[in-house]
Amino acid sequence: MTTATSTPTSTIDKNALFTYALRLGDDALILSHRLGELVAHAPELEEDIALTNIGLDLLGQVRALYTYAGQVEGKGRDEDAIAFLREERDYKNLLLVEQPNEDFAHVIARQFLFSAMSLPFYEALAKSSDETLAGIAQKAIKEVRYHVSHSAKWVIRLGDGTEESHRRMQDALDALWMYTGEMFVMDDVERAVLDAGIGVDRESLRATWNDTVTTVLTEATLTTPADGWMASGGRDGRHSDHMGYILTELQFMQRAYPNMTW
Amino acid sequence: MSRKDWPLFEIFLRSRNGLNHKHVGSLHAADADMAIENARDAYTRRGEAVSIWAVPSSAIVASDPSDKDAYFEPLAEKVYRHPTHYDIPDEVKNI
Repeated sequence: MTTATSTPTSTIDKNALFTYALRLGDDALILSHRLGELVAHAPELEEDIALTNIGLDLLGQVRALYTYAGQVEGKGRDEDAIAFLREERDYKNLLLVEQPNEDFAHVIARQFLFSAMSLPFYEALAKSSDETLAGIAQKAIKEVRYHVSHSAKWVIRLGDGTEESHRRMQDALDALWMYTGEMFVMDDVERAVLDAGIGVDRESLRATWNDTVTTVLTEATLTTPADGWMASGGRDGRHSDHMGYILTELQFMQRAYPNMTW
Repeated sequence: MSRKDWPLFEIFLRSRNGLNHKHVGSLHAADADMAIENARDAYTRRGEAVSIWAVPSSAIVASDPSDKDAYFEPLAEKVYRHPTHYDIPDEVKNI
């Protein structure tokens, strides 16, 4: 992974920038892990490769983001230490990405709802005054554009498919909708990084996201769920029950064989 | 739900502009769009292509293997059809 290294600007609180890079990395890591669980379990061989490819794209983004987070933090932690050696409360990912692979429709809904936010997010981050984050974003845009297209086509196929595929796709969207609000929340960390000219105004992404989602769901003959109560807590490390199981599997090798490499 | 196998597509890749598309294999996809995406994921992970063609395998017309002798065998003895069969006289500068 080669990304230009820039010195964080002095006006930004180092902790906020560290947390910001960590949040983005954690979103990608946990979603990548969920996709990794599908290796050899996707409904078709070709889709198996497609989904795990998306997982690998995300993992590439993780590596760059964690490496940068480690540099900003300045305590000598590398990407592996950050990925494998933290407690559950220290992971700051969105609750959406940790939701389980209930069925293929859930996998596709989760991917589509997340990627449709991720694309405008990285397009905005590409203009960041932080050269490293801008560089990571520029590379990610091309990958995420494909993630949106791939998942959107599946939403349409399933929604406008058979009676059962339509029902499953709608159920998945209804179930995951309450995790979408968290993607657009601006808390102190997000504000600090935005004010420093580094971060993205997540509230401004909502219109683009709504457009993408509505267009695709309409073509898929699906109903856009109504905004109701929205779950949150992931950004502060308060996770759903699923997170512990994910980390047990994700961290197993490093916990069983500390400092192992391959 | 009844589950039918997806149709088969033959995949052709162009590795560089100016070269022709070459057959690399086949895969299953529910429709042409998906065939292109699946080909992208299955066959171009290491930068193998700048362009993809997907052709329904059912659209391929193939020669009959039992015609092999009649079709191709006689050519083996017609060596004069290869340019290397001829000695070029020294006097000929351009050919």
